[in-house]
Amino acid sequence: MTTSKKHIVLETKNLTIGYQQKKAKKIIASNVNLAIEKGRFIALLGKNGIGKSTLLRTISKVQNQLSGDVFLNDKNLNKYSNKELATNLSLVLTERLPESQLTVFELIALGRQPYTNWIDTLSEKDIKKINVAIQLTEVEHLKEHRFYELSDGQLQRVLIARALAQDTDVIILDEPTAHLDMHHTFKIFQLLKNLVETTQKTILISTHQINLAIEVVDELIIMNGNEVISGKTNDLIEQNKLEDLFPKEILHFNKNLRQFTISKNN
Amino acid sequence: MKNKTYTKQFILLLILVVALCFISISLGSVSIPFKDIFAVFLGDETIKESWQTIILNFRVPKAITAVLVGSGLSISGLLMQTLFRNPLAGPFVLGISSGASLGVALLILGSSFFGGIAFLESTNWSIAIASSLGSFLVLSAVILAANKVRNTMSILIIGLMFGSFTAAIISVLSYFSEAQQIQQYVFWSFGSLGNLSWDELSVFITIYLIGFTGVFAIIKPLNSFLLGEKYAKSLGINIKQSRIIILVITSLLTGVITAFSGPIAFIGLAVPHIAKLIFTTSNHKILIPATAITGAIVLLICDIIAQLPTLEYTLPINAITSLFGAPVVIWLLIRKKKIYV
Repeated sequence: MTTSKKHIVLETKNLTIGYQQKKAKKIIASNVNLAIEKGRFIALLGKNGIGKSTLLRTISKVQNQLSGDVFLNDKNLNKYSNKELATNLSLVLTERLPESQLTVFELIALGRQPYTNWIDTLSEKDIKKINVAIQLTEVEHLKEHRFYELSDGQLQRVLIARALAQDTDVIILDEPTAHLDMHHTFKIFQLLKNLVETTQKTILISTHQINLAIEVVDELIIMNGNEVISGKTNDLIEQNKLEDLFPKEILHFNKNLRQFTISKNN
Repeated sequence: MKNKTYTKQFILLLILVVALCFISISLGSVSIPFKDIFAVFLGDETIKESWQTIILNFRVPKAITAVLVGSGLSISGLLMQTLFRNPLAGPFVLGISSGASLGVALLILGSSFFGGIAFLESTNWSIAIASSLGSFLVLSAVILAANKVRNTMSILIIGLMFGSFTAAIISVLSYFSEAQQIQQYVFWSFGSLGNLSWDELSVFITIYLIGFTGVFAIIKPLNSFLLGEKYAKSLGINIKQSRIIILVITSLLTGVITAFSGPIAFIGLAVPHIAKLIFTTSNHKILIPATAITGAIVLLICDIIAQLPTLEYTLPINAITSLFGAPVVIWLLIRKKKIYV
């Protein structure tokens, strides 16, 4: 184990994110400096509307930054073509899939598109990668089902399998547990944690399951006002960085329990 | 995507296409026995010369036209449904067919309006050119709008607006036109699979083949669109470029078809749904040939029905497709067998 030699996969330098509206700029956050190492499980925390999705969209090149740079595997994100980016970074989005008759296998196989030929033929290597993704996410028994027959929890596993099949260093998931109950939420966190350990991929999620994230993930990115801080979970707790996430009179962070609790005088 | 084998379905449907072609060729005001039709195909010179002419210069081109029109419109419909992820999309909804109608209306009805272009006789050729120009114009406008508007639903509404706009212009034109010209326009709008010479047909086939070949180049983006545009982009697909290619192919196919056989309704909307019901897949590698063959079958059937009531007259094909298409769409919706995009 060589801990001295860090392998940074995703890095932002003086990044300013937001929207360009005609001539006015709407800045969501500025001076975002993140350095994310390979093989880490990272959760992006922040209250509703603070700009978590904007940050995720910016570092996945869905939307442009206002200023600053994003580097993926030491290469500036703006220098990536769509296709090249697709082999380095994959997404799991919150939006519902359009209706279609895709089977689970076909849906996962679509993750191989960046590698298939012009008419989308799967090679042996593609099939192998798909099967590995299916095994890791334990959706073998669902393979021949149509995706609309699945429960939300099953569908989420399948979407994660699709991202795995895309075989990228970084996987970004926008609120992967948004529609799930406590049990399935925990199972998805556990699955992602296992994936990071077995595949050494970097997984970045945005989530509102803060109490759970604190227990499971390696590092946190906290968006607060227009400040973005990041670090090991324990370090951030020590530095009292979680306190300001919500108004203290309603929710406060209990350092001993390592959890947010409802304030007593409420 | 995984390839289940659909060979059996494809072979059955192809046999059906050939059989229907023969039935279509055998029908008409002059009845010619099957064995003589075969003989003509085999190059038998002893068959009556008038029969040879009827078969080779009228009925065969008509059957070919039916196959091209049916498959082309159906593919256009499928492309629009996938691109806009809307089961009700089709060349009609996008205003492309209305654009073609506008071109023809301007040519036929406008000649009294703008005396200057009256020298253009309303032949098959000038109608073809006018209608292609019309559909191309509306499509360019839709593409321009598509580049400005990100939301596919808005593009669909813009297409509908173009449709009603052109329809309004056509009513104004017909209000001021003479009876004879209105009649000529109305006849064109009935649609017709016949009346095409081999010369015209060769132009038709050439443009059709360009569009049809293009379809295979966009199978990959079409499949990725099944996950929505954001996922498609994250899979390395160039959304803007694919969108434009899809729109150009659709306008080529719809434009040339409307040009040579009039605005034929419902095929583009209904056939992709039938193909999806038969093949139960969303994989475009299967769905595109499936839709094309189903489209050819449906239009050949419509053509045969149009011939049936009397052998003297042929009913307008456009009426038959709507008579056939409307109940199918209603039946699909009521059966609530999920309608897939």
